[in-house]
Amino acid sequence: MLSRILSLFTVAGLTVAMAVGADIGETAKAESMNIPAIVMFFIFVAATLGVTYWASKRTKSAKDFYTAGGGITGTQNGTAIAGDYMSAASFLGITGMVYLKGYDGLIFSIGFLVGWPIILFMISEQLRNLGKYTFADVTAYRLKQKQVRILAALGSLSVVILYLIAQMVGAGQLIKILFGLNYEFAVVLVGILMILYVVFGGMLATTWVQIIKAVLLLAGTTFMSIMVMAKFGFSFDALFTRATEIHAQGVAIMSPGGLVSDPISAISLGIALMFGTAGLPHILMRFFTVADAKEARKSVFVATGLIGYFYVLTFIMGFGAIVLVLGDPAGSYLAADGVTLKGMNNMAAVWLAHAVGGDYFLGFISAVAFATILAVVSGLTLAGASAISHDLYANAFATSKVDEKKEMNVSKMATVAIGIAGIVFGIAFEKQNIAFVVALAFTIAASANFPVLFMSIFWKKLTTRGAVVGGYIGLISALMLVILGPGVWVDILGNASAIVPYSFPAVFSMPLAFMAIWFFSVTDKSDDAQRCMDAFDAQDIRCQTGIGADDANTSH
Amino acid sequence: MTKEHVQVIKNNPKYQHLVSTRSKFAWTLTIIMLVVYYAFILFIAFSPETLGTKISPDGMATWGIPIGIAIIVFAFVMTGVYVRRANSEFDGILNELKSDLKKEMN
Repeated sequence: MLSRILSLFTVAGLTVAMAVGADIGETAKAESMNIPAIVMFFIFVAATLGVTYWASKRTKSAKDFYTAGGGITGTQNGTAIAGDYMSAASFLGITGMVYLKGYDGLIFSIGFLVGWPIILFMISEQLRNLGKYTFADVTAYRLKQKQVRILAALGSLSVVILYLIAQMVGAGQLIKILFGLNYEFAVVLVGILMILYVVFGGMLATTWVQIIKAVLLLAGTTFMSIMVMAKFGFSFDALFTRATEIHAQGVAIMSPGGLVSDPISAISLGIALMFGTAGLPHILMRFFTVADAKEARKSVFVATGLIGYFYVLTFIMGFGAIVLVLGDPAGSYLAADGVTLKGMNNMAAVWLAHAVGGDYFLGFISAVAFATILAVVSGLTLAGASAISHDLYANAFATSKVDEKKEMNVSKMATVAIGIAGIVFGIAFEKQNIAFVVALAFTIAASANFPVLFMSIFWKKLTTRGAVVGGYIGLISALMLVILGPGVWVDILGNASAIVPYSFPAVFSMPLAFMAIWFFSVTDKSDDAQRCMDAFDAQDIRCQTGIGADDANTSH
Repeated sequence: MTKEHVQVIKNNPKYQHLVSTRSKFAWTLTIIMLVVYYAFILFIAFSPETLGTKISPDGMATWGIPIGIAIIVFAFVMTGVYVRRANSEFDGILNELKSDLKKEMN
């Protein structure tokens, strides 16, 4: 125990020393070094490492490590879920999209939000009642452990790695622009910090890092939105009028535009965003951190409120950025071409912070944006590590019964491995156009993870064969369709036009998965199929009532 | 859980009542949410100009904006509606069921 704490301090000290060293090294060449941002960021890092130290003393068992001992309250968990969901992609990406396209940004926000009520009505309590550490506990509840766990782990790890790439590349670019630090250094720093949080503090530290970050992010964006509205006498019409005068697209920004041009794209995007949310492993895992079904549903209520509020703010901020950043009389936020923003168009929210609050507030928002990435990658890494240690190691490949201690150690090693993978991918993908990764993550989540999870909870006749074949068909078709789509086939591979003209192909891959699950279940006449069906009633009773869920530790 | 336990619980009228009312309620809310969201998506797909109609001729705000915000608020309200009924009614039945079962199985 003591050695663990000591090593925590050593590594933490090293990180800070490295960072400071790099600060000094970089100062000479990077003139635009943002001192307030760096100071505020290190305050955040110091505070969260403090939380990690506190959490490390309370993280003893595997249950503590994976689920914070199940002792998180509904309100805390809801805030942490909101923290998980309000990633840098949401904060910078959606504000940037509103800034660029106006109304179309709101379409994405709504799609990201409407999955939540569905999760509440169909998934959250069921997960809490049936599962222990990962959503595969639910899908493998009455099916053959090994095959179903491997499928779930592959689905989870695909989503986790894709999301990690997006966050790591975002972190590197953000830090390069905001802090004036070097890209590789930023990626390595994020990787090391997330390994520290997760290895030492487990789910408890990860949860509190999320909560702290969510509160900071909501406070910062609230302030920005109020400042924007105050400039227009709290009149939306005045804000919109001024924005249409400044924006090159004029009044077109007030209505749905080119982003979702044809009906199939619009519907497919809707499906991917709505059902993808219900298949994200790092989100699903959060339902195991609360004590019971009642706290699980409270989590969703709180999360939906906070996320919805946040999306309304991103809309105001996007329009605020059109007026105050794009419309800045001195043009001080624009790149040399006079059209795009300094850095990238995703920086709209950050430059807006400067426009309404000056250097110090810019520093604050930069630090919050970085903290956001840090918190989200921690949640992702924990979910990925659990898939490796709990699903693959303990329940699929171990030849003898695995004790908790061993499983936890594997989980920590997996955390380090995923952290290193994140760093490597972050550096490898620096110059790539990674717009496709989030689309692919949501499509896989909606096409592989969600259908199997949903059918395992609600459909008595689901068999191992149906779940496994259907799950892989969902996973592979999602992958193939995205590769043949505009994000990879055109942007990465350089072909002239996409074979599949849809960025979010879930409208094809998700129904395909459901049909395959159905077909390969009803045609399954094996003994195992009968066993799976016979086991449904007992599963359903536990799912409906939670009876047996309290002693979840002994039932697997 | 033994086979006998499963049968006892399945045949309990309180259990049957809980499962049927709750699943009816959850599915109803799910379908309402899907209808609202996909109606919005279909407007974007087939008739974007409807959402782009101005609310008043001398302003800039279009109907799409209050409708979009209303869907966000509606989603939140729906979660509130579910949580409220689940906390009072469904948990009430569940607690009665659990205490019944304790008596029956001992």
